[in-house]
Formats: sequence, C-alpha cells, structure tokens
Amino acid sequence: MGFTDICIMIRYERFELKNGLRVLVHQDQSTPMVVMNILYDVGARDEDPSRTGFAHLFEHLMFGGSVNIPDYDEPLQLAGGENNAYTTNDLTNYYCQLPAENMETAFWLESDRMLSLAFSKKSLEVQRKVVCEEFREHYLNKPYGDVWKLMRELAYTTHPYRWMTIGKELKHIEEATLSDVKAFFFKHYTPCNAILVVAGNVDMEEVKRLADKWFGDIPSGERYQRNLPQEPVQQEARRLTVHRDVPLDAFYKCWHMPSRLHKGYYAIDLITDILGGSTSSRLYQVLVKEKMLFSNIECYHFGSIDNGLLTIEGKLVKGVDMAAAEKAVEEILQELKEKPVEEKELQKVQNKTESMMAFEDMSLMNRANSLAFYELLGDASLMNSELNRYQSVTVADIQQYAQQIFDERNSNTLYYLAQKTNP
Amino acid sequence: MSVQHVTSEGIDRSQPPRIKDAVDFQLTLKPYDKYVLDNGVEVYAIHAGAEEVMQVEWVFYAGNWYEEQKGIAMATNHLLKNGTKQRSAFELSEYIDFYGAYLNRSCFHETATISLHTLTKHIAELLPVVREMITDSIFPEQELDIFRQNMKQRLEVNLKKCDFVANRLIDEYLFGYHHPYGTYATAEVYDALNREAIEAYHRDYYLNGRLVLFVAGVLPNDLYQQLNSQFGSLPLRQQLLPERTHPIVAAQEKKYRISNDPNGVQGAIRLARPYITRRHPDYAPMQVLNALFGGFFGSRLMSNIREDKGYTYGIHSYVQNHVSASTLMVSTEAGRDVCEATIGEVWHEMKVLREEPVSADELLLVKNYLIGSVLGDLDGPFHIIARWKNIVLNELPEDYFYHSIDAIKSVTPEKLQELANRYLNPEDFYELIVV
Repeated sequence: MGFTDICIMIRYERFELKNGLRVLVHQDQSTPMVVMNILYDVGARDEDPSRTGFAHLFEHLMFGGSVNIPDYDEPLQLAGGENNAYTTNDLTNYYCQLPAENMETAFWLESDRMLSLAFSKKSLEVQRKVVCEEFREHYLNKPYGDVWKLMRELAYTTHPYRWMTIGKELKHIEEATLSDVKAFFFKHYTPCNAILVVAGNVDMEEVKRLADKWFGDIPSGERYQRNLPQEPVQQEARRLTVHRDVPLDAFYKCWHMPSRLHKGYYAIDLITDILGGSTSSRLYQVLVKEKMLFSNIECYHFGSIDNGLLTIEGKLVKGVDMAAAEKAVEEILQELKEKPVEEKELQKVQNKTESMMAFEDMSLMNRANSLAFYELLGDASLMNSELNRYQSVTVADIQQYAQQIFDERNSNTLYYLAQKTNP
Repeated sequence: MSVQHVTSEGIDRSQPPRIKDAVDFQLTLKPYDKYVLDNGVEVYAIHAGAEEVMQVEWVFYAGNWYEEQKGIAMATNHLLKNGTKQRSAFELSEYIDFYGAYLNRSCFHETATISLHTLTKHIAELLPVVREMITDSIFPEQELDIFRQNMKQRLEVNLKKCDFVANRLIDEYLFGYHHPYGTYATAEVYDALNREAIEAYHRDYYLNGRLVLFVAGVLPNDLYQQLNSQFGSLPLRQQLLPERTHPIVAAQEKKYRISNDPNGVQGAIRLARPYITRRHPDYAPMQVLNALFGGFFGSRLMSNIREDKGYTYGIHSYVQNHVSASTLMVSTEAGRDVCEATIGEVWHEMKVLREEPVSADELLLVKNYLIGSVLGDLDGPFHIIARWKNIVLNELPEDYFYHSIDAIKSVTPEKLQELANRYLNPEDFYELIVV
C-alpha cells in the first residue's frame, strides 16, 4: 500500500561572509518571530582526554558576559526573547527566539560573544560549581546514572566518544583554568568554525546587511582541522558486569555502526525502529508482552557524526536470568538477520519517519536547528532529501545491515546487576 | 554568493540596538470554530498551520477525581490501547504505527485523555480505531498483569530518586493522601487493581462518560462529518457526572527532612503553599511576580542561587494548577551540603520582594520576556488549541487570554510588592528536603 508523499521542502538561501562565517536564511512569514541559531563546530570529541567536559563547561561560560556586553540574558529578555544551548559529543549549538522586530538584538548579542568573551573569573568559578551540580544531578544521584560512562569506556578504546559530554570525571571540570578557557575559545569560537542560521519572518536583504554589520569584522580565526584518532574495528566481543545499588537488573548491549554520512545510515536508523521505539516493535512485543522477560526494552542510536553505537537496553522482570534474557534478544536479532522483513513492516517504520519529520518541521526552532546541522554535515540541502533516502531503503538493505552490525564480535555487553543485599 | 564587505567602523558594540518593547505588541489568540455532535459532544477546532498534520484530543471527565479505588482511573486510561473485541494490543499498535500516527493516553486529576497526532491524510483510517477503543475495549487480564508488574518495577526505580519522592510527599502534605491531588500509587495500589473495577470505570466514565473534543492543525473539509459519524452516536451522558467532594486534609507539620538514600549527593528541595486558582483576580498579576521570583532564567532565584552561588543546576518557582485548588511551588535539586543554605536564600529573596519595590527596569524586562514568550508560543495550531483547552476545561471567560495579557502589561511595582506580602511568606510554605 502506498501513500502519496507530502512534499516537505525547507527553502533557504546561503551565503558566506569574507571571514568564512556561513550564513543560512530561511524565510517563514507565518510567524511573528525570528530564530537565530549559531552552531560551533566543536563538541566533546574535540577535547583533550585529560580535560574532558570542557566543551560543555564552555557552553555555560558563553552566558557569563562578552567583551562589550556584561550580560547576555538581560538584553535578550528585554527584547522579548529567550534562548538556550546544548553540547553534544559532536557540536555545540546556541539558539534564541525573539519578536522579528527585535532581530538586531540577536545579531548584536551573538556577534559580541563570537568576537570575544569577557573571561570573568567569577563566572568560571560559579559555572564550574553549576556544572558539577549538573553532573551530580544527572549522573551520580540517579539510579543507572553511570551506565554511559561504563559503556563508552567499554565500546571505545581510542576514539574520543570514549567519554560523555559532561566529562569523564568531576575533577576535570573542577580543575579548569581561565587560560584553558581562553585557548579553547580562540581555537573554536571563530567565524570560520561557525554556522549562522536566521529563520522566521525576515527580509533577506536585511539579514545580509545585519550579518555583515555585526559579524563581518570579526577575525576569521583558523579553520580547525579535526584529526581524531579513529576507533579500530572491534575484533572480539567485550563484556562487563557491575553490581550497583539499584532495584532491577538491567541489560545494555551496543554494536558499532557507521557514521552519519554513510549510505547505510538510513537503513540502520529504520532497523532501530523495527526493533524498538513503539509498542508494535519486535523487541517490545516479544520480550515485554509475549515472553515477559523485560519490563521495558528500547533500541536506539545517538545519530553520531562519527561511527556510533546502536544500543539495545532493557530492565529485566524480577527473577529473570540475565543470560536467558540476552539469549532471547539474540534470537530476535537472529531472525532479523536470517529472514527478510515484510514490505509492510518496512513501510510502517518509513511512514513513522515521514510523520515524525513533518511534526518536527512544525517548529521554527527545529527547522533552523536542522539547517545548521545539515550544513555542518556538508550540505544544508541534505535536509530536503532525507525523507527520500528513508523511503528508498529496501528489505534487502535492512537484512544486509542487520547482518553486518549484529555480529557478536562487534558487540559490547553490560550486565548492570542489582546488588544483593545481605540478609 | 558573498556579500560586499562593508567597513564596520563606527559600530558601538556596547550600545544595544533599538528595540520595540514586547509590551507594545498586540497579541491575538486565533478564535476557535465550534461544532456540536448529534449527542451533544462539543468540538473545539483550530484550523491553521503549514504542515499537513493534525491532532485530535478526546478529553473525558475520567480522572482520579471520580475513582472509588486508587489507581483505577490511571489503569483504565492506560489500558484503553491494550485490546478491543476486534483487535489485540499488538494489532492496535501496529495499525496506528502503520499510519505513522502517535496515540497517547494521559490521566490527570479531573480528566483523562486520548490524543492522536497524525498526518492529515490518514485521519479517516484512524478515527474508527479510537472509536473502537472507547466502545469495545476489553481490558484482558494478561494485559493488566503485565501492566501491574511493569508499573511496580518502574515505581521501585523511581523511589530511588530524591526528586520523585519529594514530588509525592509535597503533594501529600498539601492535600492529604486521600485527596485526588495528594494521592499517589504504591505497590499495594497496583496489586489491588482488578478487571471488574476497570471495566466498570470504562463503562461509566468513557462509554457513558462526558467528552469534549479538541482538534487542531490542517483539518480536512469533512472533519465534522467524520467526527459526527464516529462519535456523534455514542451514549455519552453529557452533563451528568456524579457529585464528588474531597476534603483537603493538609498536614499540620510544615517542615520535613527526609533521608531516602544514605549515599545521595544531592537533596530535592520543595517549598510549597496552597495557592489561588485561575479565577482569582490576583492570578494574572501574580504571573509577573512569579516570573520575577523564580519563573525564568533571569529570575531572582536563578540569578542568586545558580548564577551567583552555584548551589544548583536550576531552581524554579511555578504554579501547579488544578481545577479546584492550586499550589505555588519552589523546586530544585541542590548539593546535599548546601540544601539548608539554598532554602535560606529562597526565604531571603521572598523577603526582598516583600520589602523593596521592584525597579522599573527589571519590571519592564520581565513583562517583555513574558509577552515575548506568549508571542512565540502562539504560532502553531497545537499551541493555540492548548490555550483554548485551558480556558474551556477550566470554564474561564472567553476573554481570559486578553485579560491576562492586559494584567501582565499593566501591573505596577506597588502591586507586586502588595502581592509579595500576600503570597510570599515563609510561614505559609511547607518545606521539604529529600536526600
């Protein structure tokens, strides 16, 4: 059964300033707002292994005042705007939204912090503490909070995806110095390492004028040459068992998968939807509903730019043996490798993808954000061919990549067991 | 292309560009279309948007306000998708997933909802399945068993989290464990769930219940006919809900320190007081005071406790709204050694607001921020219908939106100080730390 496709087409214009700043403009006259999104081509993968967590700490410092403007938030709020930012292993992204009439305020604020930060000692001291609290809140004070620290260190021996965005340990953040901060800024936060997207109710010529006025004279900086140590192909299965003070045993297994730009990415993304992600997915139906081995189970990946990890994780029903649970997971993967999926099942996950993209594109912020991300990947127009790529995936592709990825030698298994309390 | 480099000498970067104050913007809330189905069910609709997507929300008066056994409203709502006379849970999920749609259930205190998000082109295929869930759900024993087991397991994990424990306790202090707003699920509550009670609840509060529909997005021309043919003949008894009164039994003791995890590195802090509902004349101007106090990133609490002291990753004050009673809440997770100091700073910020009028600059900033965020929140059809839903379900006047905006724009420093003296007194607050 085929549906007529909706044409989801995000229009934009692209130009570059002399200093190398890439600018993309997306017009949408149905909104009274403007979104400004600045993506810096730096993430946790670019950190020194002995100074992890820095890209993310730095993101916090970006709100501690810039060279000519003591406070970033206040003038933006005064202009009716709001903002946020996030750091991943791959990139750092800043975005703000404000009424279109006040667009220039965003240019003023963002260009000043690209020009130079204030590098205030007090800001560093406070944000170090804030980030340490963030670390504690999300990774130490939560049951299962250290899973990804353990799993990344198990699955990666070499590539900097070995550590989490928040950092390997609190100590690295506590020891950050102002000179580290400065060096990091002038290396990465430069026009030639940034992508600026302006989206919303804007006039194209006005955006060009303002981009040049505010960003045009910022020194270009040096283009950062990323030369990360590549992860060698894993040759044999790795396993780790830990005991923690948690109520339930949990199972985590990761397989290496290719990079974001690999042609197999789309098939692999759909494989995760076939296996997990909804109550009609295979893992859920068989392992939660039919065999009642898991109380929940998911399959996902992070969409990493470099070679990433495909993950299956679940919490076991009390009393279920971990090895038996793993065997049941393997049976499902075996079936996917041996037997082609039915066309209808493939179409189901393709339809789900189509619908997810349409919902995502409703938000101006998401559109701006996606444009910046695809530009970072090398070409913003990829955004408009994504759906097509998903829809071109065949039953044979699914089988081929399932066979390739779900190879035991390519796997990393973590048994996260509930500590037995002594009677 | 590359633009000509214009020399930018003469830009004074220390000077902000001129802005239009957000308080000078005229905000409009797109009016809804209203239909009434043959059986009296009201449908509120917003036709808007660029993407060919839509949402439908079925709001039943089937929240825990009406249950006679704890957990029944929540279990009934959740299991609506787990089997009908015609289809198993898997077949229902598979069918909905095949159309790329999302079907969610949510149970609140007064209401319980089914919501559907779909590409507009598939709506005709999906409405009959939702009808089936309302008319023909069978709540298989096996599904209930799995639900019970998995919810108990999830609860066990959550009880390890100080924030989860704190959220339950603070509601209990404010309303009492037997009030719908103060109650929570325990392993015993899950154990006691049974099919008979769920079937009865489904019959009384869904099949024969009271329903209101909200639809938004790019809507098909014949949507009303479709809705009427699927839902216009259900035996819904529109106005006749049983009278239920639930006395509030608030705790006598105001101050609590709970140890949940001897090795915890953070404490969850909750400071809360009984509060006014949306109908109260102070409610709208209080939105400004609340924002200023702890309602946004630039708030007093955030500036002091995160940005100056670094005690926390975030601290917020907000209104926990219910239909018949509300709560004003300050919430944060802070390092276990600085929890008491954090509470001290919260009291201090209340005191400053009671004793000193807010400056004109700060007030303008907060107003602009609030109006700007409303403006930004109005552009999608789903956000617009959410505002109308709030007005309709709380039986607020139709001009509520404009009234609130005017109140935000016009509030004065004197009024805010008066409000702070009325609502921000530590002695009115329950005070809880869970480590």
